[in-house]
Amino acid sequence: MKSLEELRAIREKMKQQMDLRGPNEDNIRVVVGMATCGIAAGARPVMAAFLDEIEKRGLKNVTVSQTGCIGVCRLEPIVEVFVPGEEKVTYVKMKPDMVPAIVEQHLVNHNVVTDYTIGAAE
Amino acid sequence: MKELSLHILDVAQNSVSAGASRLDITLREDARGWLTVTIADNGRGMSPDFLARVTDPFTTTRTTRKVGMGLALYLLAAEQTGGRLSIDSAQGQGTTVTATFDRNHLDCPPLGDLAGTVALLIQGSPELELHYCHTAPGGEAELSTVELKEVLGDDISLAEPEIFAWIQNYLSEQEAQLEGAVQER
Repeated sequence: MKSLEELRAIREKMKQQMDLRGPNEDNIRVVVGMATCGIAAGARPVMAAFLDEIEKRGLKNVTVSQTGCIGVCRLEPIVEVFVPGEEKVTYVKMKPDMVPAIVEQHLVNHNVVTDYTIGAAE
Repeated sequence: MKELSLHILDVAQNSVSAGASRLDITLREDARGWLTVTIADNGRGMSPDFLARVTDPFTTTRTTRKVGMGLALYLLAAEQTGGRLSIDSAQGQGTTVTATFDRNHLDCPPLGDLAGTVALLIQGSPELELHYCHTAPGGEAELSTVELKEVLGDDISLAEPEIFAWIQNYLSEQEAQLEGAVQER
């Protein structure tokens, strides 16, 4: 059974990592649309997949956040990726199995996964 | 929406948008299979006029378009099972959305991934004081962000992926036990 004790251990581990890390300027942001349209289209497992993949890879310079309706409901679930100094990229019709490729190629290696972008869908 | 937990996520997002600092999500199942879901916040609340038309799909606070389906779909989901939806709201005080479902009804959606819903709500609004409680004849699943913050202190955000993973696992274990206990009866 998971317990609060285990959470305490996670805190200790994270604190040590934070000391090593220091302030981070090149923070990448991943934003998932979580309005009714996004949720109905399957945004929750997509969001969970991003968090899971980022934790697995131990990426410390990525923040994942949620937003409302991005405005093109028929293309939900939509994910926007903001890399400092690069153009915003919008991924559409996302599925959890598309997430590892985006994390590896885009977030880590800075190569946009063109096939999944809004440009490829239109 | 294929799961009740997705409806709950959607309705709870309204509370977050309404500037709530506290959110209570409570599920109560009785021995006959009736489920009452209460989502209560201390957000800005609704005017009596807005409240009167809030379950209309053509009512929304969005300014970019004229449709808002969230509560309309939730109402439909409850009424399809013979249940009801009621909304209490007072401006400046908050909103409470209560829905009842007959879980034995053919048209009742499955509960779905409640742990994932709660974990995502917390991840998206780490400052929110969230209390989650799911009681059924077989037991109880429970989580409060107040407890988590006591353990984590001020310097670790509830939005961190590691914490998200822990919350999800912690709650899904509790939910699995509840569901198991229900099936044994």
